[in-house]
Amino acid sequence: MSDTSASPVRRPVVTPARVVIAFCLIVPFVAMLWVGSYAKVDPKLIGIPFFYWYQMLWVPVSTALTSVAYVLVRRERRARKEGGSA
Amino acid sequence: MKDGVNGVALAVFLLFFVAVTVMGFLAARWRAAENADNLDEWGLGGRSFGTWITWFLLGGDLYTAYTFVAVPAAIYAAGASGFFAVPYTILVYPLIFTFLPRLWSVSHKHGYVTTSDFVRGRFGSKGLSLAVAVTGILATMPYIALQLVGIQAVLDVMGIGGGENTNWFIKDLPLLIAFGVLAAYTYSSGLRAPALIAFVKDTLIYIVIAVAIIYIPIKLGGFDDIFAKAGDALSQKNPTTGQPRGALASGEKQQWAYATLALGSALALFMYPHSITATLSSRSREVIRRNTTILPLYSLMLGLLALLGFMAIAAGVKVENGQLAIPQLFENMFPDWFAGVAFAAIGIGALVPAAIMSIAAANLFTRNIYKDFLKPDATPAQETKVSKLVSLMVKVGALIFVLAMDKTVAINFQLLGGIWILQTFPALVGGLFTRWFHRWALLAGWAVGMIYGTAVAYGVPSPTNPSQKHFGGSADEIPGIGEIGYIGLTAFVLNVVVTVALTAILRAVKAPDGVDETSPSDYTADAGEPGVQAELPPATAGTPGGH
Repeated sequence: MSDTSASPVRRPVVTPARVVIAFCLIVPFVAMLWVGSYAKVDPKLIGIPFFYWYQMLWVPVSTALTSVAYVLVRRERRARKEGGSA
Repeated sequence: MKDGVNGVALAVFLLFFVAVTVMGFLAARWRAAENADNLDEWGLGGRSFGTWITWFLLGGDLYTAYTFVAVPAAIYAAGASGFFAVPYTILVYPLIFTFLPRLWSVSHKHGYVTTSDFVRGRFGSKGLSLAVAVTGILATMPYIALQLVGIQAVLDVMGIGGGENTNWFIKDLPLLIAFGVLAAYTYSSGLRAPALIAFVKDTLIYIVIAVAIIYIPIKLGGFDDIFAKAGDALSQKNPTTGQPRGALASGEKQQWAYATLALGSALALFMYPHSITATLSSRSREVIRRNTTILPLYSLMLGLLALLGFMAIAAGVKVENGQLAIPQLFENMFPDWFAGVAFAAIGIGALVPAAIMSIAAANLFTRNIYKDFLKPDATPAQETKVSKLVSLMVKVGALIFVLAMDKTVAINFQLLGGIWILQTFPALVGGLFTRWFHRWALLAGWAVGMIYGTAVAYGVPSPTNPSQKHFGGSADEIPGIGEIGYIGLTAFVLNVVVTVALTAILRAVKAPDGVDETSPSDYTADAGEPGVQAELPPATAGTPGGH
């Protein structure tokens, strides 16, 4: 993220990185709790109804999203630490 | 069910069972500290676990007989609605990603071992801390009971659970033996035992799943056939209620229940003392965040296991008690020796979490009831002793749940615990982010949630067993919305509303606030920073520090 400039001024609370982090963490909730969006049998995948394979597909998708959040959080933390000690 | 004892399966099962029992007792020596007589050692394994052990440990207590028996059984019984466990475990990780690292930091800064420790430190309220502790212990019991039901299902299918006409003592004897062994090594080795056995358990489980998910569909003619047969079976109308047994995709009317069960369970999971125990025993904050990115592997496993419920239907497994569906499927499908391996996986998969859960509940009792209220000047050795004894008592409490509740819907054991434990969410997670909530408001909100949840759950009759009038289910109509939803989540919302409203009032009248012993920077501290150690001395007053 480009917000790592070591400016001495106080960092804003809302940074682009944080918006992305929040997005990554919220999306699975929207997708999973909106049951109507996936409560159907077709299309099937190797014989498994949509309802099941779609939700199982969300396991890797949400893992990927959490991983992105993890990397961004770590980067932010490091940037903040450097900013604080400068 | 086949008559008689399945000798080969039983022999294989016993072999594994004896092996892990030996491991359980030897675990006391694994990475042992010089002084084992304090609670950090017995109850948190010295707080020195890294990413992989934490992963196994968390997986060990999250994926349990619940996964192996209760969830597929729910699918076997009613189809799609049982699959809520998958979105539930998906939602857990983004959720804990946000608050567990903060809990780790503040706990390692102040030496908190339990959630109640934190709540007391944050809000300066012994009453609130007691409420959290009592809830934790209470909610853990039905969850352990679920594990015992899982073990019992395996024993039944192997033919050593006794038939309907054997007397109750013979019938429950194998369960009592398994229970006794579990209690003994937990008592002697503490958290190290389940941590070590978790390796065996997960290895077994992965092998069994891999085989089951490939081998059984091939034998049954592929997923097309499985779901076609399951769909037919589920659409059959129940002669007494006139309703179909279930459906392949969640119907309009069940969607609220599906979503609220998933969300409620996800919110509840990391309120349980055992989840927190595993979290706090990790070495650093990073270990936790990294874990949230690798733990979902277990969710995939859960999804695949859930599908076994459909395979059981398609394979024509007919059991009165849904819990037996999966073990019976294994017995029918696998060669005897491999059925034994699968049964061992289920049995050990139930023992590990039961051990972790009872340790966690015992830690809670010792730290937050015994020390805070009964014997403030207890020595570390006394604390450890009390913890060990309480870990036994909690298991006995679980046995009572097993004997008193309708065992055919085991998933309700976990959901009932969830109703209770969810009521500690505002104090714990709220407290991690803000100090705005007033301690008295939190206590009142907790009480309202507990009373409402328990009362409503008490009024739900069992859908399958007409003689069971109470605690037969975990979903009921949501007041004001009119849809069927998870009671725990409704109670939680009530709890939050009461807490917020009362806080506003109490703040307005300037009611005395408790002392907050934490500071904002405590919540972001990581291992290696000043004042934070990976291995903390117990935060007990008068304890000689360090070990």
